[in-house]
Amino acid sequence: MLNEQIVESREKPRGVQRQPAPGEPVSRNEKANHELSIRVRDLNLWYGNNQALKNIDIDIYQRNVTALIGPSGCGKSTFLRCLNRMNDLIKGVRVTGLVEMDGHDVNEARMDEVALRRRVGMVFQKPNPFPKSIYENVAYAPRMHDLVSRKAEQDELVERALTDAGLWNEVKDKLQQPGTSLSGGQQQRLCIARAIAVQPDVILMDEPTSALDPISTATIEDLMDKLKQQFTIVTVTHNMQQAARVADYTAFFHLGEVIEYNDTQMMFSNPYTKKAEDYITGRYG
Amino acid sequence: MSQSFDEITAQLKRRHRRSARLKYMSMGALILAAAFLLVFIGDMLIKGLPAFQQAQIQVEVHYSEQASQIPPAAVSEDVRPLVSRGYLRLIPGRMRENPELLGTTRMEWVLADSSVDQYLKGTEDALRASEARVVERLVEAGRAELRFNTTFFTNGDSKMAELAGIASAAVGTVLTLIVTMLVCFPVGVMTAVYLEEFAPDNRLTQLIEININNLAAVPSILFGLLGLAIYINFFGVPRSSPLVGGLTLALMTLPVIIITTRSALRSVPDGIRQAAFGVGCSRWQVVRDHVLPLSLPGILTGSIIGMAQAMGETAPLIIVGMVAFIPDVGGSFTDAATVMPAQIFTWAGEPDRAFVEKTAGGILVLLAVLISLNATAVWLRKKFERRW
Repeated sequence: MLNEQIVESREKPRGVQRQPAPGEPVSRNEKANHELSIRVRDLNLWYGNNQALKNIDIDIYQRNVTALIGPSGCGKSTFLRCLNRMNDLIKGVRVTGLVEMDGHDVNEARMDEVALRRRVGMVFQKPNPFPKSIYENVAYAPRMHDLVSRKAEQDELVERALTDAGLWNEVKDKLQQPGTSLSGGQQQRLCIARAIAVQPDVILMDEPTSALDPISTATIEDLMDKLKQQFTIVTVTHNMQQAARVADYTAFFHLGEVIEYNDTQMMFSNPYTKKAEDYITGRYG
Repeated sequence: MSQSFDEITAQLKRRHRRSARLKYMSMGALILAAAFLLVFIGDMLIKGLPAFQQAQIQVEVHYSEQASQIPPAAVSEDVRPLVSRGYLRLIPGRMRENPELLGTTRMEWVLADSSVDQYLKGTEDALRASEARVVERLVEAGRAELRFNTTFFTNGDSKMAELAGIASAAVGTVLTLIVTMLVCFPVGVMTAVYLEEFAPDNRLTQLIEININNLAAVPSILFGLLGLAIYINFFGVPRSSPLVGGLTLALMTLPVIIITTRSALRSVPDGIRQAAFGVGCSRWQVVRDHVLPLSLPGILTGSIIGMAQAMGETAPLIIVGMVAFIPDVGGSFTDAATVMPAQIFTWAGEPDRAFVEKTAGGILVLLAVLISLNATAVWLRKKFERRW
């Protein structure tokens, strides 16, 4: 019943805007940056015989926050994991289509997923610091990638990453304590510091605040706003207000498709499709 | 109409009774198990503790010319059957090493014959009546008593109970387990890491998995036959040696280590792996830097328990010739050796009454080592355990 309505509504978009080219947002956010970071074309993904993503076209722009919203099981997290090939770790996943970054198809055979993840960092839903010291959590990856050679350089990098993640003042006196001794919000910021320590281009965030209290959530949102000056951020969120607050562009996913990709303000004030409107106004989801 | 409290309570009574019954039954099972254990350990202690004491008697030893030729001549005729023949045999050697002993006569505490030992420990009919009278006289004069039995811990096996000790078997056990550990630990852990972290999930790996689980359930004597066929007959590894014993036990312990290591690896939360992959670790880096350190306590515990199991194993070693009479405390991986459970098995078959306590004493030593190994496992787990 509900699905029929949705299908019907999709056929009749209430067109006030122009028909966008594939992958482009419906309306432009004039304040946003429009250098292309990741170009996704005709992306399909199957878990075994079950198709989870269908013909996704989307352009992700540099130094913006792009939010992915949609009901549970709509494929937004799956899509996020396509961008750094974390889906490789899941058995029986098959991907077709193009995910292009810096002139390379990330799915092509000669793309090393380690190199890709070096440029596309990730923050997970549940804070998952390594069971090592706070210092080691941040220093581990740069050292592994040979970004630092001397101890002084490493110290400096740890301080910079923790400062950028807004955690330095809280932890500078206890860098040798285990990362897991911090509060949930602090742990998540430690994970962000860990991700930015290797100077990636893109940071993927998979519902980064869903396990946190409102104050920690607000801190992380502020942080995303600051970080987008340096990094391209793609975030999955269940929290509509959060998307509205932090994102420049928002993509609405439903049943494995991108229903609407739009300027965040337009998306929440005057969505292009009925389905997006229904979701945003809480009619379903 | 909802039920009143009284009605519900009446129904609940039966349920409570049933759960109480179950509780008492499980408590009963626990008490029964504990009782078995207590009886077993108590019996071992009662039978085995005397083995740590040994009778010694004070006699005049004549280091005469004659004694260097015919050792029994060193002691006077009345106490001759009471002194350990093994001790007497050592006299000529001692005289050669210390020529100044020649011609002297000294009062010395010497090892008594096992029959004296048994008589003092209260076993009936251990001595002839005349001998018993001599012993009684010695005891009254304070010249015969039970002392701590160092021989038991320093000597190898002997046909004379008073000279039989656990040392050669203990050394054999250590050497055998060193071989087992050197083979099992790296091979087992790497196999588990491959199967758990690297292997694709296909028919072949499933087949391997099933077979590893089956191997853990194969009767151990079959591993002995395999060891005999492969190591001794095909590769020509010396028979009865700690090398072949260790390799045979390795076959048996390998599946245990693989299985426990895999479950330890599986207990590492996936978030840690995701985080490590997320910062760009290769698979090997994920395993080396994150998964292995976290699963180390589990791996160590499993390995130690596997080792303890191997240590108590006798059946496969019978086949590769390690149940042997080894009087000398060895120290080489290729010389003939025996192990503690095999030594216990050998002593259990000795007709001499004095070997009963040796058997129980050997079991006590083996149990003590096993308990300390398991305690080490618990301690390691506590020490390396990390929260995440």
